[in-house]
Amino acid sequence: MTGHDAAYDLAVVGAGPAGLAAAGVAARAGLRVALLDAGARVGGQYFRQPPDGFHASRPGALHHGYSRFVRLRDGLGDADVLLGHRVWAVEPAAGGGFAVHCLKGGRERATTVAATRLLVATGAHDRVLPFPGWDLPGVMTAGGAQALLKGNLVVAGRRVVVAGTGPFLLPVATSLAAAGARVVGVFEAGGRFALAPRALTRPGKAVEALGYGGRLARHRVPYKGGRAVVAAHGAGELTHVTVARVDAEWRPYRRGHETVRCDTLAIGYGFTPQLDLVAQLGCEIGADAAGGPAVRVDRHMRTSVPGVYAAGETTGVGGADLAELEGAIAGRAVVADARGVPAAGDPAAVRAEVRRRRLAAFADALLRAYPVRDGWTSWLRDDTPICRCEEVPYRRVREARDLGAADARSIKLLARPGMGWCQGRICGEAVARLAGEDPGPPRRPIAQPVRLGDLADMDERTSDDDA
Amino acid sequence: MTEASPYRLVGARPEPEFEMLVDGRPVPVVPGQTVGAALHAAGIRIWRTTRFGERRRGLFCGLGVCFDCLVTVNGEENLRACLTEARPGDEVTTS
Repeated sequence: MTGHDAAYDLAVVGAGPAGLAAAGVAARAGLRVALLDAGARVGGQYFRQPPDGFHASRPGALHHGYSRFVRLRDGLGDADVLLGHRVWAVEPAAGGGFAVHCLKGGRERATTVAATRLLVATGAHDRVLPFPGWDLPGVMTAGGAQALLKGNLVVAGRRVVVAGTGPFLLPVATSLAAAGARVVGVFEAGGRFALAPRALTRPGKAVEALGYGGRLARHRVPYKGGRAVVAAHGAGELTHVTVARVDAEWRPYRRGHETVRCDTLAIGYGFTPQLDLVAQLGCEIGADAAGGPAVRVDRHMRTSVPGVYAAGETTGVGGADLAELEGAIAGRAVVADARGVPAAGDPAAVRAEVRRRRLAAFADALLRAYPVRDGWTSWLRDDTPICRCEEVPYRRVREARDLGAADARSIKLLARPGMGWCQGRICGEAVARLAGEDPGPPRRPIAQPVRLGDLADMDERTSDDDA
Repeated sequence: MTEASPYRLVGARPEPEFEMLVDGRPVPVVPGQTVGAALHAAGIRIWRTTRFGERRRGLFCGLGVCFDCLVTVNGEENLRACLTEARPGDEVTTS
């Protein structure tokens, strides 16, 4: 319910752990809050829920920390929850505040939400690296497999290989196995125990990791480190993958390749934060612990643009606990700023800050423990697609480099990777790395494809009048 | 091991399925499922062919990021199957 007066004190984009926490804090303090999300239900990727039509009696069975989600969901107070809203642009509004331009519902009608302050909690998506056969049907992202399961109760495949790098592979493998898939292997390109010494600094996380280990063992799922899926095969559809033993730089050893039969490969090399909206607004973007882009915030989660806040994975990938905490901190800061009082001071805020620092230090350690190593480029062949949208093979990227394209932008202009539907969200990381750069912030004028007519109408609409 | 399934795992008692038509062929949907998920559940994992290399595609990112899974629903073109909730009687066409 938006009605004619759609002017909010706060618009929160993204209803994952960070957005839910922020919206709840602000709404319970009496601010008028709009919480927008592209999905049909709140929860984001981490707390993705199946539709009500399933009448699940144990909805928490697929989630770690489900009771926390229930508390966040039930703590939204009078916030207006605007689901099915895909935000494609945000801009400063003429009279102050921000205009949040969305496409609404299944038919993607244009609508605009106005708010004095804006919190960007848009989360992250899987980081993927190209390899031969990665565009075969049956190869999907680990997050995508998880979304099918959590959000639709569909198991991605019968015989599944889970591969890539990072601790997220473990919950993906255990939930697929628990839901009936035969998980034939989890292949971690980095060291299997890269995390172990760090986990001791967060006993809760060590227990969580042991839990996944135990469940993998129960389902007889082998978990191997120093192994990478270097090729996927099949005549039009995935039937098997090549798993190679790799060295510390992820270059395959000459010996030790094995062929693993599977109909599905769930692949993920960490996460890329979704920074389109903060980049559009001109918020300062810096680097996370592993050199990836992350929006810069002060300790109250304020970005460099007054009135714009960020929380969760946009400030650096750190997981759901940190996201929720950052959301709560951001919510309190928004309330304080709206009232014109200092954002810090009370003991609860100090405790939150201490805890945030501890969780952020652990997140940084994880990012450093599971980096992408350069050896992945040795998996590429001339005809390996780099850009799936524009179907640009590795050969054309190399030709562009040979012609003197020394940076990702020049490669993109010459060979066209990243110029298609997804605007480089999938291949941007790979192209940047092939150019020898750290992946930079996005430079996209719009965050979702939008019809030209809606773009032309943008200035004429300031409130949602078709609700 | 007993037969594990996602329904059993979460104790689901799904409402009766309805049908959508995919290129004229009926595909069952549990209310609330996306077009892409219902296709996957029906064993259909490929529904798009690329412009140049005629590569076959279906769900890849599953989160609305990659646009590999585009479909036309009731004449509305270029919708992401992974985000679009299926409705009874939807006519889905693929390319």
